[in-house]
Amino acid sequence: MSRYLASRAVQTAITLALMSFVVYLLIGLMPGDPIDMMIAGDPNMRSEDAARLRAVYGLDKPLLERYAAWAWQALHGNFGYSRTYSQPVLAVLWPRLINTFILAGLAFVVAVAIALPLGIWAASRPRSRVDYLINLLCFGGISTPPFWLALLLITLFSVKLGWLPAGGQADIRPDTPWLSGLGDRLRYLVLPATTLVLVQVGGYTRFMRGAMIEVLRQDYIRTARAKGLPENRVRWGHAFGNALAPVLTILALSFGGLFSGALITETMFAWPGMGKAIYQAILDNDYNLALVGLLIATLATMLGNLLADLAYAWVDPRVSIEQSA
Amino acid sequence: MSDVASRPSASPGWLVWTRLLRHRLALASLIFLLVLLVLSLAAPWIADWRGVDSTATDLFRRFEPPSAEHWLGTDDLGRDLFQRLLDGGRVSLLVGISGAFLSAIIGALIGVVAGYLGGRLDAVLMRVTDGVIALPLLPLLIVLAAVDPRKIGVPIEIAQSETFSLYRIVFIVSLTGWTTVARLVRAETLSLKARDFTRAAKALGARPERIMFRHILPNAAGSLVVATTLSIGALVLLESTLSFLGLGTQPPAASWGNMLTGAQELLQQAPVLALLPGLLIFLTVIAFNFLGDGLQDALDPRSERRL
Repeated sequence: MSRYLASRAVQTAITLALMSFVVYLLIGLMPGDPIDMMIAGDPNMRSEDAARLRAVYGLDKPLLERYAAWAWQALHGNFGYSRTYSQPVLAVLWPRLINTFILAGLAFVVAVAIALPLGIWAASRPRSRVDYLINLLCFGGISTPPFWLALLLITLFSVKLGWLPAGGQADIRPDTPWLSGLGDRLRYLVLPATTLVLVQVGGYTRFMRGAMIEVLRQDYIRTARAKGLPENRVRWGHAFGNALAPVLTILALSFGGLFSGALITETMFAWPGMGKAIYQAILDNDYNLALVGLLIATLATMLGNLLADLAYAWVDPRVSIEQSA
Repeated sequence: MSDVASRPSASPGWLVWTRLLRHRLALASLIFLLVLLVLSLAAPWIADWRGVDSTATDLFRRFEPPSAEHWLGTDDLGRDLFQRLLDGGRVSLLVGISGAFLSAIIGALIGVVAGYLGGRLDAVLMRVTDGVIALPLLPLLIVLAAVDPRKIGVPIEIAQSETFSLYRIVFIVSLTGWTTVARLVRAETLSLKARDFTRAAKALGARPERIMFRHILPNAAGSLVVATTLSIGALVLLESTLSFLGLGTQPPAASWGNMLTGAQELLQQAPVLALLPGLLIFLTVIAFNFLGDGLQDALDPRSERRL
């Protein structure tokens, strides 16, 4: 087990290192550089000043050299400052990570709580009207552009009906104690969380249905039925656990992906989370913030990956972790 | 018996086709997509025939209601909405279809090589595939879309041309699609490799390339078609998202995604402008999904019938 974890840790480190290198190069290829932005805000800036500033920030050096310097500092725990926020990047990203965790976590739990029973229900009556209808709804969810869905929800519930706030995280009343502000905060969560649930739930339901149908086709299920077990025991006692294994993998993977995948929803609802921070940093040429944000998002996906494998081995005793290492 | 024998034998392709026709949703989707494709490919001629120019702005005729001249009215710059939707459809469908084909080719090559040759090459290729799957793709694609082509030595007149931006978005979206195909084709290759016809071909002295491309890939074609169909839908969705963010198809070229960029402000004034492009994205994506689903059932009728 510890050998397995160690090998996974090495893999993760290699991926992150490669990733940081590629992203550093790509960001260097984006239009303009931080100095251009400073110049744009200051009409008195002369070209000598700009050159001096580039030298001060090390931007006149070749890209590879700059990356080496960044990587050396990062290895010592210094990830640099965000240019737009004038704060260490980790200090900027930490609250956003928590915000994303709240939004994505809530949406994920709700989506799973809807998808698993729905998928099992559909699998128990394949090719029936119910199955057909569930399938239709799933495809509807998968095929909806998230930004458009967000647009429709905002128009309907915030603009037309005025029931829910269109964006942001809380009413601006800094003196409200956290707990009594909870109801208020929840109101801000409803629309973005609904959007995330609607775009996720279809995929999960279809996975659950597929896995359940696959398992119900196995010989041991036929044996259990032939023994005269009631259908409920066959389904829940014999089939469900085995069908859950592949679904857990998909779920863990998706959850990791939500840390950056909620980008569109967060941007549409002005929810101050990771996805929005990364997107904004890319647009603002905030190198350090974008880079570290992307690395954290990758780390989250890879942790999800690891969790998926561990969960699989835990649910399905036929899978041995030691062997796959 | 003689009755059965005298019946003309149906080819496998014909069988799949007739089974697909029985799948009502898939059939409806196919018809919808064909109509859409024909209309949007014919967009320039339709514009000529109607006598409208989809790029001509007319600020005195903004937000016009539908009329004989402008079938669906005009947008916030006075352009003909119907014609813009067709233009946008051409971009969205072209990007989706060519992106899916590109990712199918990349994925099939990687999958068949990894599966057939096996060994260390397989291990490396699959590690890379798994690695790409673990990447936070959306923000990475945004970085890629934001890269300034001039900084990698593309001359400015090419970098700013419409064709270049089209190729670039096709390339970017195809980077996401190939992983699924690669895994799928590899799995198929592993099972086809052990079948008698492949072993016979090998015993007859066929070279690995021949076995891979003449014996294995044609037999994996069915699932390849399904995967490609499904990924067209996913890529249309991705293109619209990137264009909505202002990083995909660049105006004045229309795409359903970039037609929605300013729609948030327009929703009050002209809801149609925000509803129609989104509805078309939705219908196109869901149609490709239904079609893929129907194809899957048609290609493997046992998959669900056995229950």
